[in-house]
Amino acid sequence: MPKHHISLVVNGKKVEADVEPRMLLVHFIRDVLGLTGTHVGCDTTNCGACTVILDGKAVKSCSLFAVQADGKELLTIEGLAKDGQLHPIQQAFWEKHGLQCGYCTPGMIMTSYWFLRKNPNPTEEEIRNAISGNLCRCTGYVKIVEAIQYAAKLMQSKELKK
Amino acid sequence: MQKVIHGIGHSVKRKEDPRFITGNGRYLDDIKLPGMLYLAFARSPYAHAKIKSINVEKAKAMPGVVAVITGKDLQPLNLAWMPTLANDKQMVLPIDKVVYQSQEVAAVVAEDPYLAKDAAEAIEVEYEPLPAITDPRKALEKGAPIIREDKGTNHVLHWEAGNKEEVEKIFKEADIVIKQEFYYPRIHVSYMEPCGVIAHYDKITGKLTIYMTTQAPHPVRTVVSLITGIPENNIRIISPDIGGGFGGKVYVYPPYVVAAVASVLTGRPVKYVFSRSEDIQTTAFARDFYITGELAAKKDGKVLAIRVKVIADHGAFQGDANPSKFPYGLFTIVTGAYDFKAAFVEIDGAYTNKPPGGIAYRCSFRVTEAAYTIERLMDILAHELKMDPAELRLKNFIPSNKFPYRSALGWEYDSGNYEAALRKAMELINYEELRKEQEEKRKKGELMGIGISSFVEIVGAGPSHTFDILGIKMFDSCEIRIHPTGAVIARFGTRAQGQGHETTFAQIIADELGIPIEKITVEEGDTDTCPYGLGTYASRSTPTAGAAAAVAARKIKEKARKIAAHLLEVREEDLEWERGRFYVKGSPSKFKTIDEIAFAAYTNPPPGLEAGLEAVEYYNPPNMTFPFGSYICVVDIDKQTGIAKVRKFVAVDDCGVRINPLIVEGQIHGALAMGFGTAFLEQIIYDENGNNLTGNFNDYTIPTAVETPKWITDETVTPSPHHPFGAKGVGESATVGSPAAFVNAVVDALAHLGVKHIDMPLYPWKIHRILKDKGIIK
Repeated sequence: MPKHHISLVVNGKKVEADVEPRMLLVHFIRDVLGLTGTHVGCDTTNCGACTVILDGKAVKSCSLFAVQADGKELLTIEGLAKDGQLHPIQQAFWEKHGLQCGYCTPGMIMTSYWFLRKNPNPTEEEIRNAISGNLCRCTGYVKIVEAIQYAAKLMQSKELKK
Repeated sequence: MQKVIHGIGHSVKRKEDPRFITGNGRYLDDIKLPGMLYLAFARSPYAHAKIKSINVEKAKAMPGVVAVITGKDLQPLNLAWMPTLANDKQMVLPIDKVVYQSQEVAAVVAEDPYLAKDAAEAIEVEYEPLPAITDPRKALEKGAPIIREDKGTNHVLHWEAGNKEEVEKIFKEADIVIKQEFYYPRIHVSYMEPCGVIAHYDKITGKLTIYMTTQAPHPVRTVVSLITGIPENNIRIISPDIGGGFGGKVYVYPPYVVAAVASVLTGRPVKYVFSRSEDIQTTAFARDFYITGELAAKKDGKVLAIRVKVIADHGAFQGDANPSKFPYGLFTIVTGAYDFKAAFVEIDGAYTNKPPGGIAYRCSFRVTEAAYTIERLMDILAHELKMDPAELRLKNFIPSNKFPYRSALGWEYDSGNYEAALRKAMELINYEELRKEQEEKRKKGELMGIGISSFVEIVGAGPSHTFDILGIKMFDSCEIRIHPTGAVIARFGTRAQGQGHETTFAQIIADELGIPIEKITVEEGDTDTCPYGLGTYASRSTPTAGAAAAVAARKIKEKARKIAAHLLEVREEDLEWERGRFYVKGSPSKFKTIDEIAFAAYTNPPPGLEAGLEAVEYYNPPNMTFPFGSYICVVDIDKQTGIAKVRKFVAVDDCGVRINPLIVEGQIHGALAMGFGTAFLEQIIYDENGNNLTGNFNDYTIPTAVETPKWITDETVTPSPHHPFGAKGVGESATVGSPAAFVNAVVDALAHLGVKHIDMPLYPWKIHRILKDKGIIK
């Protein structure tokens, strides 16, 4: 199958590759770039384990082709911590026990990242709606919601310090 | 000042989390080996059909295809069938017929997963459809089409327990008898990480390494060795990070065998990861029990006897994962928290055209079905007697002073205080007020229900005299090595899938030896390095491997005492242990810390004592543990939509001593959500032709954050008297206990309309239809 040349920015670095037009973005991220923090949990776009940020928006990378990311900016879970410092959302998931098996966690964190930028001070109901496209089978969601609430607080106090 | 070591009782945050929150977990599909090939399968569109021909020529000729494997290729290797955990055999790849939809029919091995799938679609199979059976009751009818010609019958087995005659006598003489049929639906575990395998046969060394999403790597190695003849030292099973298991990753699935064969054939690593749809459609199911329950009682509400008859659906192969002596697991915990004189259980199993499994989905071997049966029956009896269901339970609980208690079906319950747990739950939810509110609401025509479930579990399999799987006793193990600087590596025979063993097991060792958890590394899931164990399922890790950690640490302490005596130049009996050090009795300033002792173990061991500081324990529990709890659920039903909304849910759990209360709470939350899914959302449904109508995440609806309620959790603590530090295990309590609480609440909301029972899942349409039938809505 003929390949297409794509060029994009991934976690702040420029990346170029030749990909088959049918290759899913999630497979490009995992198998070509080797960034295996983005997971595949279903084949019907329900689970959200593959959620990444594309040009500032949370997307399910299983529902896009790699070629659709051409010229765009991609952020994956691996790009979230800066200079060895966990992002406040990562910190909050850890402290509030917002994860168990960890499989849904990167997708949950990336959805939260997008959502908290839009809505820095959300209600519980807003959080539950925001993560309704991310399935978790371990936690029962309560501690994930608590983690996102706590992350919002951490991010606000960080903003204030600036 | 004592340093903080984060021992038992600390809600310390988990040691394993940094890799997961940064995307650095290493799950099976994250592993990429040089030269790796990929598998894809042609799968059957029919639930039951003869295979007339399989043409693989087109597929073989496609780009990137290295090999195509069919059942006929496996036959000469004696691998077309594989043994199940339950003394049956199962097709790896079929020769002449398929027995459930989406069954693997032929495999393609290719250079790339996309190419493998292309080629699998090019495999041409000619089928002759046969009538399918998807209901075990029909399968057992005379003249039903036979699914397994090799068996000649659809009847898998008959099993019974208890005293039939005594129960019959009590039922004849009892004041009141109630009877109810229940269907516990077929459900799917649906861990977030689908199952997968990478087999890597090294032609030079002859070593077969299999990476597998497995909860029980050691028994898998033994079975692989017995089947293939490869010695166990040349087989290595690695279970990497596991994205949830809940029982579904105990099973060995056909693609695992095909991957191993493909790797031996090609000499290259071969990977297969199920798609979600393939996973739901073919990997192990849970439940699927048709239950008829009966209670005999006095008119004052005192229960006397219980009788239960079950028809169990096994799918096309008997693959139930149960201890050898218990073909229907621990269903005999069906007497629950109550003092019954007598009990009788009989179960018949049937083959159907559905995938095999019969796994203990987040429960200790059919305990969930048992807890649901007794807790529904108690509510039905209360309703019949016009008694409050709480009062009926309180009247019949095994009194706390009767432990250890021998149940009518033969179990010795280790400890319990059922009344305390229920009273606490009633207080937390304000039970009396709720009943008043319900009465007022009923007058206004509003529908509100309160459901109680006071469950008892039986977990921690198990004592060697009774429990084995394929003959291997159900002990579990821990090996602790303390290095010269006092740092610890501890390895276990279990395999966590999200339970947090790297933290909780470290806490146990920290508590015993006074070593901070930061200096303790816990490893599991590699048969080359870890001591043999039966694995993680059935809430057995804390009761067995957790106990092994404590006992191994105590062995180390005994050796440490000898070394400390040598260093301090005193007799061993003159030393006293205080967490982290031995000191001389009466002279607390004379002491040696565990770090100093560890260093001396390698640099200055006492004469005549071998160097080093390590111990291994294969812990054989003296009994099972019996966690329990009381849950109360309040629901409000919207009459127009039939939606039952959980307003409040209180869960009081007693799992004995809690190692890490935060992790325990997380376990309970997760299991409650699963119980909620079972009660309201989930069922694997087949049409009469055996088509799976719920074979993906669009149609098989596990709860999202939107539907899932919030929980109020609390505890009572009744330590297990026989466990080294009093723990009982908790991972599954809430999946076991909660479904009955949800159903009891919904039925309670409708009880005054004459509704006695509704089968799960409690879909809004079912409730809506009832309200329509009863004339409550138009």
